[in-house]
Amino acid sequence: MKTGLMNSTCSSSQSAKQCPLSQNVANSERVLSLLGGGSLLLMGLRRGSGAGLLGVAAGASLLYRGWTGHCHLYEGLGINTAESQRTRPGVASHQGSKVHSALHINRDRQEIYEFWRNLENLPQIMQHLESVTVIDEKRSEWVARAPFGKTLQWEAEIITDKPGEVIAWQSLPGSQVDTAGSVHFKDSSTGAGTELVVSIMYNPPGGQIVTQIAHLLGQDLQTELNQDLREFKQLLEAGEIATNAIAPEPGQIQKPVMFDLKVDKS
Amino acid sequence: MRAVSWHGKEDIRVETFPDPQIVNPRDAIVKVSITAICGSDLHLYTGRIPTMHAGDILGHEFMGEVVAVGHEVSNLQIGDRVVVPFTIACGGCYFCKHDLWSLCDNSNPNAWMVEKLYGHSPSGLFGYSHMLGGYAGGQAEYVRVPFADVGPITVPEGLSDEQVLFLSDIFPTGFMAAENCQIREGDTVAVWGCGPVGLFAIWSAYKLGAGQVIAIDRFPERLKLAREYCKAKTLNYEEVDVFTMLQELTGGRGPDSCIDAVGSEAHGTTLDAWYDLAAEKLLLETDRGHVLRQVIHSCRKGGTVSIPGVYGGFLDKVPIGAAFGKGLQLRMGQTHVHRYLPRLLEYIREGELDPSFLITHRSSLEQAADMYRIFEQKQDECIKVVLQT
Repeated sequence: MKTGLMNSTCSSSQSAKQCPLSQNVANSERVLSLLGGGSLLLMGLRRGSGAGLLGVAAGASLLYRGWTGHCHLYEGLGINTAESQRTRPGVASHQGSKVHSALHINRDRQEIYEFWRNLENLPQIMQHLESVTVIDEKRSEWVARAPFGKTLQWEAEIITDKPGEVIAWQSLPGSQVDTAGSVHFKDSSTGAGTELVVSIMYNPPGGQIVTQIAHLLGQDLQTELNQDLREFKQLLEAGEIATNAIAPEPGQIQKPVMFDLKVDKS
Repeated sequence: MRAVSWHGKEDIRVETFPDPQIVNPRDAIVKVSITAICGSDLHLYTGRIPTMHAGDILGHEFMGEVVAVGHEVSNLQIGDRVVVPFTIACGGCYFCKHDLWSLCDNSNPNAWMVEKLYGHSPSGLFGYSHMLGGYAGGQAEYVRVPFADVGPITVPEGLSDEQVLFLSDIFPTGFMAAENCQIREGDTVAVWGCGPVGLFAIWSAYKLGAGQVIAIDRFPERLKLAREYCKAKTLNYEEVDVFTMLQELTGGRGPDSCIDAVGSEAHGTTLDAWYDLAAEKLLLETDRGHVLRQVIHSCRKGGTVSIPGVYGGFLDKVPIGAAFGKGLQLRMGQTHVHRYLPRLLEYIREGELDPSFLITHRSSLEQAADMYRIFEQKQDECIKVVLQT
């Protein structure tokens, strides 16, 4: 991507030690750093007070960060937002966030697997998904709700599919977000029902920083996944989602679930 | 409708709320006839249970008439008279299928809150904090009852409301406390606390084969009921040394099993009781553990400690060394009410026990605030309050 900014002369194979100025800030962030740094510097100069001096210093360091594409703080924290250029499938190692959840559902393994295998069912149980459209046997188009009211789109392919055992998928090059996930199914050691292990990796545009901000805003994917799976389990085991409401929400529509939800009360 | 609501420490009000409606297919709406104040409601009253919000409707011991049912509820008819378990359970999860109803996986919509504290969530409860479900409680004219197809039990003709109301909580709770003791014929069982749960535990311990039951309290009226109605030997811990007396009554072995029917607001006269009070005031512990310590200290080697008394948070100075060294078994938890309902209803029907024997106060729902105060301060020999809607 041509941005007109100074490009790092270091190749990616060189380690950070050999090349202290390797780019570790994404280009979009560099532009923001330049703009923010410039205005801080100007404001600081105009004030001239002690606080003004601090502004000058902060502005200068942001300008440096934007110009060189290298951030010492990121280096210290092991963060690199520049690497993700979304040219590879899935999520690169040491990048993104991983969420993980394990649960027992008192239903037959095959029927839970079949529900998951029809990926178009997933938005019914995952609140962060807006839609999944199956393109062919392997590929599908995903739309997710993202922080700040935005949506993210990606194309994913199923990379592993062992009926009744595991489904794994990853995003394809050219996606707005790098993501990969898997669900493992096995018969419960309790003798009834199924044990599920769900793992999802994702690396949103903006990398770690965006994830942290979303976390601060209460949009924590781990909490959301736990709640989604809890409700999925409730639908399958109890036939409904537990609520403490004393009246139906105005305009409440019963969640459409393409699944036989007859509860076994025996 | 009118309902009793919580507004903060020692601030109980009776207010008007919208009537509840059917929300989910397995719901029922129950028009409450009578409801009781539980000893565990006093933990809410004194502000000891976290995640209460102003305006929460209290109460988890209630019964009444079914006035509406969701389309998945086929076992109840409009007009049925039912008692509702205070634990809400789905009937379909691993725990419900294993008869562990108070550990239901699916009935707490706020499970994530309590998971942070406990690792896993127990079932939702009526009127007992947001962390345990945030459900509107039964000290109200109407209640929305979730999973009504597996919880409420229909009451046969010929039994009064007061005779069956306590199936909702305290009778099964006392019974499970005794069952947890794994009593063998002729065993000695000691029960700390002669409140309603303690009294039912005494009765149940005899029912399950205990040879002698020793009851410990300090209120004469409670000790009198334990002695005269439930046939226990009684000890007033303000007058005698409990440990010494228990050893004397058991040939120095100690009771085979000990029941802590007091829980986290234990009162005591010994040094460690004062330690608890001080630690609590300094926010160093959330629960006072004086009774539990004495229970562990007194129990015979290899015996069983059963804890129906409610603990919510963290307990300081638990003598785990004594419990380990004496090879004790500790058994506890919220009551699996659903498990006991048919059996206990049968006892009442057969006339083996009339649970209404411990009711000391009857009043209208509108008087709830006064009744909470009287009950909390143990004024007027108060043991059990029943509110009429």
